Amino acid sequence: MRIAVLSGKGGTGKTLVSVNLAVVAKKSIYIDCDVEEPNGHLFFKPMVTEEKEISMQIPKVDEAICNGCRKCVDFCKFNALAYIKGKIIVFDDVCHSCGGCMILCPQKAISGRNKSIGKIRAGSSDGVVVYTGILNTGEASGVPIIKELLSGIESEHNKTIFIDCPPGSACIVMESIKDADYCILVAEPTLFGVHNLNMVYELVKLFNKPFGAVLNKCLEGENPAEKFCIEKDIRILGKIPFDRQLGTLNSNAKIAVKENKKYEEQFSTLLDAIIKEAPYETATNT
Amino acid sequence: MRIAIPSDEKNIDSSICVSFGRTPYFLIYDTDTKIREFIDNSTAASSGGAGIKAAQILVDEKTDALITPRCGENAADVLKSADIKIYKSISSSIKDNIDAFVSGKLCLLDEIHPGFHGHRK
Repeated sequence: MRIAVLSGKGGTGKTLVSVNLAVVAKKSIYIDCDVEEPNGHLFFKPMVTEEKEISMQIPKVDEAICNGCRKCVDFCKFNALAYIKGKIIVFDDVCHSCGGCMILCPQKAISGRNKSIGKIRAGSSDGVVVYTGILNTGEASGVPIIKELLSGIESEHNKTIFIDCPPGSACIVMESIKDADYCILVAEPTLFGVHNLNMVYELVKLFNKPFGAVLNKCLEGENPAEKFCIEKDIRILGKIPFDRQLGTLNSNAKIAVKENKKYEEQFSTLLDAIIKEAPYETATNT
Repeated sequence: MRIAIPSDEKNIDSSICVSFGRTPYFLIYDTDTKIREFIDNSTAASSGGAGIKAAQILVDEKTDALITPRCGENAADVLKSADIKIYKSISSSIKDNIDAFVSGKLCLLDEIHPGFHGHRK
């Protein structure tokens, strides 16, 4: 079963939730898809056993064949191509590697060339298999890295897979949740938090995924995120109180459930609630 | 000589647009024939690479020079490849800039910023 953990903004507790759930789930796989700033490995400190370079295909134009029809320039919605003085100029940093220009070119003048954009690392930590995606600074899109991260793990059905998503609701998040069986939305108890919760709420609805919410940093009194969940009839899987001790453990890169029984119980209860909610059938069908 | 100026409105009295790639219009002015024409910047709302596409529009319009308050590096690369000179605007008035250009008072833009790449400034 694949469980994706997401939120509309950074710092709500996606990594806290996914790392601690992966540990209490025991036989599990943790995949850090937050490739722009992967931090799950700071907690797991895994023994890295494998590293793989990830490249994407950038167009390469054969000037001898190109007849200057400009179909590729007009097609590119990322504006990565320009046609100047009879030559195509490719802007590598703007290219999203969609491959459209290569398919479209009537002269077949465009082929691909590899450009390294980052890497993935595999390792393990106390029985948890840890995968980390790392995007090189300045690259436009981490999608190819996420694709690679999620494609290699189809076979291990007996393990629960936790996907620590990037923040927001853009294409890298869509790629991360695409094949998830269940989504956990992590939310903060602020109005800003509600705005961001709404973004991922709309996303998981669009993708038709079963989902529930985890309310993090809960204080006494009114919780706008909880109110939002009740209004929208979103299943609240659990609440994590605003807790200085938990915050301190987390900011020292300690895995809370390993440090304190109290947190172990908290996250075990949360895991039970998720397992009860998540559809087993789809997991065996994928 | 054909010069291009990013403009906020389709009007000679409007001000020069602070953004090159995302300007709504370009004024194309021919210093020889004195003919002026406003064209739409079709790339103003694109999600990325607006500077590249806007520069391509100026290339296709066969302009020789651009007057702009600033310009990103990708756009500057396109313009340089096409031998389009980039001049720094001196005021927000389109008219004043044209006058200054004609009398040779404008300097080349030497400060090319690395681009905002989707981040609003």
